[in-house]
Amino acid sequence: MNMRDSNINRKLNPEQSGKAVLELTVRNHPGVMSHVCGLFARRAFNVEGILCMPVGDGAQSRIWLLVREDERLPQMMSQAGKLEDVLSVARHGADHRVFEKLEEFFG
Amino acid sequence: MKYTGAQLVVRLLEQQGITTVAGIPGGAALPLYDALAERGSIRHVLARHEQGAGFIAQGMARASGKAAVCIASSGPGATNLVTAIADAKLDSIPLVCITGQVPLSMIGTDAFQEVDTYGISIPVTKHNYLVRNVADLLQVIPEAFRLAESGRPGPVWIDIPKDVQMASIEIDALPEPGRPDTAPCVDMDELRRAAELINAAKTPVLYLGGGIVTAGASAQAVMLAEQAGLPTTMTLMALGTMQSDHPLSLGMLGMHGARFTNYILEESDLLIVLGARFDDRAIGKAEQFCPKAAIVHVDIDAAELGKIKRPHVGIHGDVSQVLDRLLPLIQVQLRKQWLSRVSDLRSRHPLLMPGLENPRSHYGLIDAVASALDPLQADDAIITTDVGQHQMWVAQAYPFSRPRQWLTSGGLGTMGFGMPAALGAAIAEPDRTVICFSGDGSFMMNIQELATMADENANVKIILMNNQSLGMVHQQQDMFYKRRLFAVDYQRRSDFVKIAQGFGIEACDLDTAENPRAMLADALNRRGPCLIHCSIDIEAKVLPIVPPGASNTEMIGG
Ligand SMILES: Cc1ncc(C[n+]2csc(CCOP(=O)(O)OP(=O)(O)O)c2C)c(N)n1
Repeated sequence: MNMRDSNINRKLNPEQSGKAVLELTVRNHPGVMSHVCGLFARRAFNVEGILCMPVGDGAQSRIWLLVREDERLPQMMSQAGKLEDVLSVARHGADHRVFEKLEEFFG
Repeated sequence: MKYTGAQLVVRLLEQQGITTVAGIPGGAALPLYDALAERGSIRHVLARHEQGAGFIAQGMARASGKAAVCIASSGPGATNLVTAIADAKLDSIPLVCITGQVPLSMIGTDAFQEVDTYGISIPVTKHNYLVRNVADLLQVIPEAFRLAESGRPGPVWIDIPKDVQMASIEIDALPEPGRPDTAPCVDMDELRRAAELINAAKTPVLYLGGGIVTAGASAQAVMLAEQAGLPTTMTLMALGTMQSDHPLSLGMLGMHGARFTNYILEESDLLIVLGARFDDRAIGKAEQFCPKAAIVHVDIDAAELGKIKRPHVGIHGDVSQVLDRLLPLIQVQLRKQWLSRVSDLRSRHPLLMPGLENPRSHYGLIDAVASALDPLQADDAIITTDVGQHQMWVAQAYPFSRPRQWLTSGGLGTMGFGMPAALGAAIAEPDRTVICFSGDGSFMMNIQELATMADENANVKIILMNNQSLGMVHQQQDMFYKRRLFAVDYQRRSDFVKIAQGFGIEACDLDTAENPRAMLADALNRRGPCLIHCSIDIEAKVLPIVPPGASNTEMIGG
């Protein structure tokens, strides 16, 4: 279970790695944020930014996560994809505009 | 039809084929208990501690392969379940755990016996629910069973507020019961690549994990080994999937595997890993595990492929279906050269079992138990353990012959697992003899379940290997902390024979027996619960041992 001990993750060098934006489509109910945030915290994977809003008729929500791009990211995406309330997981580059546009609120 | 939420839960459990549940009632679960009482269709095993109830349910699930149910009330009832549920999560055991909760209107008010069960259960379950509406039960209960048994199984927790249990609902028909999802399609290209690697390998090793048990794939796995001439090692969870006396069996790998097993793995050029997850206790230091080997990894959980070791061929699928499709592509090979190297390593570095002839020593007792069983029943017997030295000795020495014969807490390593799990197994499989090997430390963690065992008159034999100490920790302090023994040896001897008798369980003591083998045979082959006590030398060690942080070839002892 311990990903930090694995040979794959040994090669990780956070200084050199960039950022990525994850887009999760989830079932909208109280608790789904705990599931998603808990997963990243439990597996010691830092989330730098998080946004969540309902979409469409409110049955689903979209969660945007700003994360470090490192070798564990694919593993984190598979783990997130396993959550029952997570319907899809997509990965975008750090240049995705969703967090950029928010920057003016965090000046 | 009109039902209350509680009545609906009972009906939906019936539909899932649930005939026995384990639990303890309390305020917030009373409507559910009243519905169980009213309907009278489901047997309730009244545990003495909710952790016991959780492990009883685990014993039922592990022995049968079907999801089992445990029930508790809110607050302390729920928190007491957590360890048993976490244990099920780490070993991928299908459970459905139902707890009562304070009424919806009181949630968030720090009400009496309110805890955030939903929040607490997230990290220890496969999925969880807080049911906010009685109608949601129609979907949640079948879905919980579907999820618990689908893919990589696991525990699902359903928290039901008391007012939801009491609310009523009018429905025309009950929903269909939840059934496991069909497995993902197997990628035939990857499968062919796997077959090519296996056919071309010179020194391959087959590495079986608990997924083989879950998938019911042991016959095909053994066939693969025989067809391709593969020496085969098993994780702790997979013991029994290949008969231990099979000529290709290398027994368990890893921290307490035999020397020859870890040496053979070191020489392998191809590892075929089926339903296993490269646990650190199995592979030691990950970077140094099987340095020369290419890896074929098959797992039902896609997230396991590449989590620890990057496979050359990774196949996401049900291992039983994968093997069905793989076997026709595998050439028959005798592999004389590799297998003679294997038998050479085996004879040069065998597993040493000192004292095997003495039934009052650690290995000797395990061997004596296996030989004392009526030969007609020996293969049928179920073996459970607690956690510690005794667990590893049994894993090393017991002659396992079939999957689901061996029930042990692998991933979480929970002391207190063995006896309630044995009780659950005996309830699920009443015709079998269930043997629980325990240590004095572990046994005292759920000793109260002796009372439940007496209630059930279950056919469980507890072999209590008493070293008057937390033996495994004693060993670690002895070997790795300069023998500064601290907080491991018990000051006073407890009289376990009297304790068992006090709970209404027959008990005997091998220490004072004139003929220990005769005493064992008598106790094991008579029906009903029994405790068999035997003192074990605290200086006995589990060997070989891979020290913490070392690679598997750096074993000490053995
Ligand atoms: C619930 C729990 N607490 C602590 C441990 C740490 N631990 C592992 S083995 C062990 C000693 C077990 O002693 P015992 O059950 O007497 O078995 P022995 O090793 O003596 O055979 C301990 C304390 C654990 N595995 N589980």
